[in-house]
Amino acid sequence: MILPYFIIIPLLAAFIISLIAGKKDNWAVILSVIASSALLVLSLFSFISMKEETITYSMSAWSIPYGIVLVQDALTSFILVMVSIISFTSLIFSIQYIRHLSMDWKYYSLFMLLVTGMNGVIITGDFFNLYVFMEIALFSAFALVAYGSRAEEFEAAFKYAVMGSVSSFLILVGIAVVYSATSTLTMAKVAQILPTLNNEIVLWVGAIFMAGFGLKAASMPFHAWLPDAHSSAPAPISSMLSGVLIKALGIYVMIRIFYNVFNAPEVFMKIFLVLGTISILIGVFLAIGQWDMKRLLAYHSISQIGYILLGMGIATPLGILGAVFHLFNHAIFKSLLFYNAGSVEMALGTRDLRKMGNLMKLLPTTSQTSLIASLSISGIPPFNGFFSKLIIIIAALQAGLPWYALFAVIGSLLTLASFMKVQRYGFKGETVIETAENKIGWRMNFAMITLAVLCVVTSLMVVPGIQEVTLDPVVKVIANKTEYIQLVLGGLNGN
Amino acid sequence: MQQNEGMTLIVKTVTRISVWMILLYGIYIIFHGHLTPGGGFAGGVIVALAFLNVLLAYGRKFTSDWLNIGFLHDLEAASATLFLVIGILGISMGGAFLANFLTKGELFALISAGTILPLNIVIGIKVGMSLFLVVWVLAGFKIEKGD
Amino acid sequence: MIVYLLCFILLLVGLYGVLTKRDLIKIILSIGILGYAVNLLLILFAYRNNSIYPILSKGKEISPMVDPLPQALVLTSIVIELGTTAMLVALAVKLFEKYNTFDITEIRRLKG
Repeated sequence: MILPYFIIIPLLAAFIISLIAGKKDNWAVILSVIASSALLVLSLFSFISMKEETITYSMSAWSIPYGIVLVQDALTSFILVMVSIISFTSLIFSIQYIRHLSMDWKYYSLFMLLVTGMNGVIITGDFFNLYVFMEIALFSAFALVAYGSRAEEFEAAFKYAVMGSVSSFLILVGIAVVYSATSTLTMAKVAQILPTLNNEIVLWVGAIFMAGFGLKAASMPFHAWLPDAHSSAPAPISSMLSGVLIKALGIYVMIRIFYNVFNAPEVFMKIFLVLGTISILIGVFLAIGQWDMKRLLAYHSISQIGYILLGMGIATPLGILGAVFHLFNHAIFKSLLFYNAGSVEMALGTRDLRKMGNLMKLLPTTSQTSLIASLSISGIPPFNGFFSKLIIIIAALQAGLPWYALFAVIGSLLTLASFMKVQRYGFKGETVIETAENKIGWRMNFAMITLAVLCVVTSLMVVPGIQEVTLDPVVKVIANKTEYIQLVLGGLNGN
Repeated sequence: MQQNEGMTLIVKTVTRISVWMILLYGIYIIFHGHLTPGGGFAGGVIVALAFLNVLLAYGRKFTSDWLNIGFLHDLEAASATLFLVIGILGISMGGAFLANFLTKGELFALISAGTILPLNIVIGIKVGMSLFLVVWVLAGFKIEKGD
Repeated sequence: MIVYLLCFILLLVGLYGVLTKRDLIKIILSIGILGYAVNLLLILFAYRNNSIYPILSKGKEISPMVDPLPQALVLTSIVIELGTTAMLVALAVKLFEKYNTFDITEIRRLKG
């Protein structure tokens, strides 16, 4: 079946690139684009072809309690589609952008390893396997953050590496405790055994996982590394990190563990609510004072992650719908904004909003797509960000949490204010710049236009009729909580 | 001045004899991974240490003449690719990724346990080359006073 | 019970080092200590009273053995730690090249 190919294709591409690439990057570009588009096609195919069934795949043909199992359900396919879209466009965007930094195949090899790690985290159904893939993704992320080899980038990468390692060890402690309590590492078996045990184990392990994956997702008390790492990386990597890595490694795994394995304990849902709200407000407050465009966007990632956590914490089907929808939307518009920042940086050589200006003439595609993305992230109809934020706010009101809804609205207004600042000072600034240092090629424009179109198209996912086939199966997987056990243990075997 | 010349004659002579034994021991550990403790990773580390002994005793220049560093890079990438190829062969011949498709053989025989032996060999090469190259690269950093 | 407590103290020593030390190399060593503590925890979870190593060899009676799975996990985790350390050391060397110091209080161009 197609399930293991989500790991095999990018891994094979990474190693073949390092094997056959010479000094130039031609072969590396061709191979990685082929691999990435193959993944895009596969993930779209798997999302369309499967409706509500769960497919498992036993690695090495060892059946469930003994071997590693890969699990594919609607949530998995949904996140895989998200990762594939963003990695494909980022790759197209990087072809010109990275040549501007250096002509090297190593970038593409590392990029493919990053995709491998994320795909692995998403499709695995085994705790330790998750840890291993997470480390693969993180290592390539550390190296890619430092890729431009400037002093700031090494500093950010070191900070990120230290934080990443500490959080990984916390997660490993959690996995060790889970194993010692249940004597199994398969998530479905763990979920089956946990209710028969002392209730305190879930609290302890949940607290450790909350800290570990909270660090990966950069929710509020654990956010310190994110603005540095995400703003220092090359633009396509910033968009990968902000767009999908923090979601695949942080949010997705939290959804999987806290809903499908731990059966959504009340206390952790409350923690999600509080952390989410704090992240929304403090992230946006810190963002509004920034003049560095990429740093501003990085702080907004914290704030938008807050919305997703808030939606998850509400824990009604509507709240989960909003969280899942916002997860997808944020990947698209935040990646687009980072592409815009990257192309402005490449054209003008600066990221300072005060030194920009006259961009409507110089970079028409960049400024128009950035307008769409800004409206989308601030929640202006008819763009996708509006619908997901609206759903989260309505869900909060329906669940009897009016204060949280109010904070979400305030966060959204402040987001609008900070993006008005970006548009006012950055793209329509008064600094007169006659010529750009570098031209923006068609590949970069293609990546930006694709995502700008998706910003509008994905808002159709809430239209009745389309919602039933796209978002509802995903919400069902999460909202049914530990029905996951029966789905995996009695699921279709795809071997 | 002579920082790349290596260590004294005594060290060089001992290394010249011992490096082959260490290498052989590493290969033994790799090949017996399915029977005794050890296997690809442990054996690969020992192989890397054998090369590192040469690097320490004889210095950088001799080692880069003796070993073709570019070839080691290729070997490393090739062994990783080979691991995946064995895994994919498992799909077509054994039914699942990395599934066993060779005969399981007799218990405690050297040629037994199906694909575990080839996988151990591939991992041994990969780990040995990677570890050696990591130290090689880290030792080769030239610190220049920067900005 | 006391071994678990000691293992936890080792973990805290590592965490303390990461959080308070100012020297890059000391931070890397602290991360190493943190890793050892986690590995030790896994090995302790695998321990069973009155049992032997989990290896089947010629002519050996089959008897209770310690849990082999965490030992395999520890091996994987050691490989990952090797990668982490190499990565961090490489970054530290590069940072020294750029900033000419190992002191993190002087390596702070990113702020705000």
